[in-house]
Amino acid sequence: MFYRENGQFKSSYGSDQQMLPILQDRAFMFGLLAFAFLVVPFVVRDYVFLSLLIPFLILAVAALGLNLLVGYCGQISLGHAAFMAVGAYAAYNLVLRVPQLNFLVVLVLAGLIAAAVGVLFGIPSLRIKGLYLGVATLAAQFFMDWVFARVKWFTNYAHSGSVQTAPLELFGWTVDSPVEKYLFLLCVLIVFTIVANNLVRGHIGRAWMATRDMDVAAEVIGIRPVYAKLTAFAISSFYVGVAGALWGFVHLGSWEPLAFNLTLSLNLLFMVIIGGLGSLLGSYFGAAFIVVLPIVLNQVPAWLGVPISTAMASHLEFMIFGALIVFFLIVEPHGLARLWAIGKEKMRLWPFPH
Amino acid sequence: MKNMIGKEGPFLALCAVLLIGLVLPLATGASAPGFYVEVLLGGLMAGVLYSLVALGFALIFKASGVFNFAQGAMVLFAALAVARVAERIPLWAAIVVGIGIMIALAWLIERLVLRPLVNQEPIALFMATLGLTFFLDGFGQTVWGSDIYKIELGIAKEPVMVLQSIFQGGILVNKEDFMAALVAAALVASLALFFQKTSTGRALRAVADDHQAAQSIGIPLNRMWVIVWSVAGIVALVAGVIWGSKLGVQFSLSLVALKALPVVILGGFTSVPGAIVGGLIIGVGEKMAEVFLGPPLVKAFDLAGGGIENWFAFMLALMFLLVRPQGLFGEKHIDRV
Amino acid sequence: MGDGKNGRAQRIGEVILALKGVSLAFGGVKALSDVSFDVREHEVRAIIGPNGAGKSSMLNVINGVYHPQQGTIRYLGREYHDMDPHEVAVSGISRTFQSLALFKGMSVLDNIMAGRNLKMRSGVLMQALRIGPALREEIQHREAVERIIDFLEIQAYRKTPVGRLPYGLQKRVDLARALAMEPRVLLLDEPMAGMNMEEKQDMCRFILDVNDQFGTTIVLIEHDMSVVMDISDRVVVLDYGAKIGDGTPDEVRANQAVIDAYLGVSH
Repeated sequence: MFYRENGQFKSSYGSDQQMLPILQDRAFMFGLLAFAFLVVPFVVRDYVFLSLLIPFLILAVAALGLNLLVGYCGQISLGHAAFMAVGAYAAYNLVLRVPQLNFLVVLVLAGLIAAAVGVLFGIPSLRIKGLYLGVATLAAQFFMDWVFARVKWFTNYAHSGSVQTAPLELFGWTVDSPVEKYLFLLCVLIVFTIVANNLVRGHIGRAWMATRDMDVAAEVIGIRPVYAKLTAFAISSFYVGVAGALWGFVHLGSWEPLAFNLTLSLNLLFMVIIGGLGSLLGSYFGAAFIVVLPIVLNQVPAWLGVPISTAMASHLEFMIFGALIVFFLIVEPHGLARLWAIGKEKMRLWPFPH
Repeated sequence: MKNMIGKEGPFLALCAVLLIGLVLPLATGASAPGFYVEVLLGGLMAGVLYSLVALGFALIFKASGVFNFAQGAMVLFAALAVARVAERIPLWAAIVVGIGIMIALAWLIERLVLRPLVNQEPIALFMATLGLTFFLDGFGQTVWGSDIYKIELGIAKEPVMVLQSIFQGGILVNKEDFMAALVAAALVASLALFFQKTSTGRALRAVADDHQAAQSIGIPLNRMWVIVWSVAGIVALVAGVIWGSKLGVQFSLSLVALKALPVVILGGFTSVPGAIVGGLIIGVGEKMAEVFLGPPLVKAFDLAGGGIENWFAFMLALMFLLVRPQGLFGEKHIDRV
Repeated sequence: MGDGKNGRAQRIGEVILALKGVSLAFGGVKALSDVSFDVREHEVRAIIGPNGAGKSSMLNVINGVYHPQQGTIRYLGREYHDMDPHEVAVSGISRTFQSLALFKGMSVLDNIMAGRNLKMRSGVLMQALRIGPALREEIQHREAVERIIDFLEIQAYRKTPVGRLPYGLQKRVDLARALAMEPRVLLLDEPMAGMNMEEKQDMCRFILDVNDQFGTTIVLIEHDMSVVMDISDRVVVLDYGAKIGDGTPDEVRANQAVIDAYLGVSH
């Protein structure tokens, strides 16, 4: 009853093609943003920022990126954390060796470097697809793991192989308190979401989806597979590279090469699967799910009064992750985004059942 | 003929490069012949173990069309089961128990994972095996713990010196490795025969080709899948026991087994002989690269240690995918519109 | 019908597409054997033949999906040994598919807009910001697509995911997508398969309108003989991958080899 598009006529193609054509969606989004910017910073405790919101915001950027590649363009990548590593180490080296650079510029450059590496490892997608491509992307994962662990230049010849970062500075404003980090990341995420939305609505988004759905037909109607696939790899790696830089600088502060290992790659993939392939909203859901789950799992034994060691907790986490993936694939292969869409449909019809 | 060479050109070039790389250390005299043969043999034996794990992949893919990312996790799971159970009862009994556990696992996987997902695209099934990987890794370690466990096969671990007459100083051969290679080779041979010669094997191949068609001629899909996953589980157990006795049963076993993926790429996803040949190539290639390519690279780029083994197999698979996506023995896939 | 055809006969131009000695084989299976025929501009050329005669393979060769082992293709005065799908599309050949090949994950509107992709030039950065030239381009091509949607009378289904539409409407979307490319030559692979009488009449009307209003050359594979005889200017007959007849509908109808092929006389 409340969520109806009745009476919302569009008199130009421009307004028909806009990001949020339905009034109720616009209102909701406005309210959400107001809440995020004006209420949350005052109401939420530091602990929640550090363990929930900050990782969520960064991983949402990464999930958006991976979703563009896997969900919209249909190219599978099992090693995407490798590009996060590229972004992180690129940012580290830029800050270290060119300290005059504004951090925003560093982020963009790190993203571009990650994009270049992504295109390189994306070249196999021109010849192979599906699971074969997945194995090829594993090469990226293990190779980059090795590069950052062994080529000492990247870690500035640190003995332990791990690197440390100083709090970042933007136009004189030091971003080191949890609230400040949260606000900064929120802005970054909003920008990246708008860009992703624009790309998906543009001809490049259609090229991606056409390549995903029927690549031979796409080629016949004049869409270049090289263009579609490599831009998908490039842009997706850009997103993930920036996310990696943010992960290292804003969230972790210091990291070793194994911080961007296969497990993280698989986690990214799970985010987009559980959240919903081919849906930007799904990336958000997936990232939230992956961030919240370990915390919930850590609390549950305490609530139940059963003490378990952290090692055991992490094993249980793995188990439940795995079981949930299978569960989701059986019950709703299109992920949480589809459940949300079904919910909206029900809202449209409420109070009628159908 | 000229056309064929033109088409297969890149592939032949890759083979040439690999062959040259293989022979180079010997030819340039960079290493003593005896040492070279040792490394080669070591590589072959590692390769046999890779083949074993890859065989599990190939079996499952041949018969159920599923790309089982969890094969490595199954190796770890089986090894953990055997190692822990063997703490109470003799090893041979533990292995029997282990086989039972893997069969039960196969049945559960068929019931809870494969059957509900039977109508979905291959990518969904693959993602399910990703989930299965996490689940098995977590479950195994929850139930059996995450320390390093030993498996005592009762074979002497010290290497033996052989062929002293041919090579100066002889070659060190590890007896345990040798036995492992024999067992693995025997298993692989019997599985190859099973697929080619028995009616169950034929039925499994039919199922791999086309689920619905196989069902329509009365092949009980569900039972076939349980059989296949059980066999793959047993193969994983053998690999796990052998590897576990060599390296100790620990989490990294799961990752080592992941290297079987490049093996199936090289060999061709649906090919049993491919899994064998691919495994040997990867095993030898890896060892050679680590021993002969590693030190020069470390020197040249001032690296912090070797570790080329971590990625060599995958890079090799990547090269192969670019020049010959169907692998050495796989079938070419033609897209029809 | 007669009037339209005569009117068209005056407009039929020079040879725009010609295949010479094209042979195509997959492993041991010969799909096409030494096939040669030409297509004149503005005409409606039909390709007919029993099932498995190689008709779709023929179109796939023209599109560059398959590369023939022998023979050449002449288009717009240039000769090719095999075609590159993207170049083919850009130089004005578009097609519909027997098995639809629509993009199931997209709406009708997006599917047809995908047909405009080859005309859209804005770079990634512009699209990312969706301002200026990129935005204008989107709207301009949307207008072109809307004209095609009006032409094919599918306005009500714009935002529907194509997978949900009935077969007849999906075929129209396929046609719309091909038209969006503004082709000079339109290849239609069994555009009326699976349609009832009314739907066939609609489709015929659309095809003839396209030929009339836009001057598009039509090459169509079709099984329905009445349609073929009615709307085509010239017909090519294939059987077992070889050409067994070529001429006006009346000539082909009287050709003994063609009759034999259809009646299944062994040869």
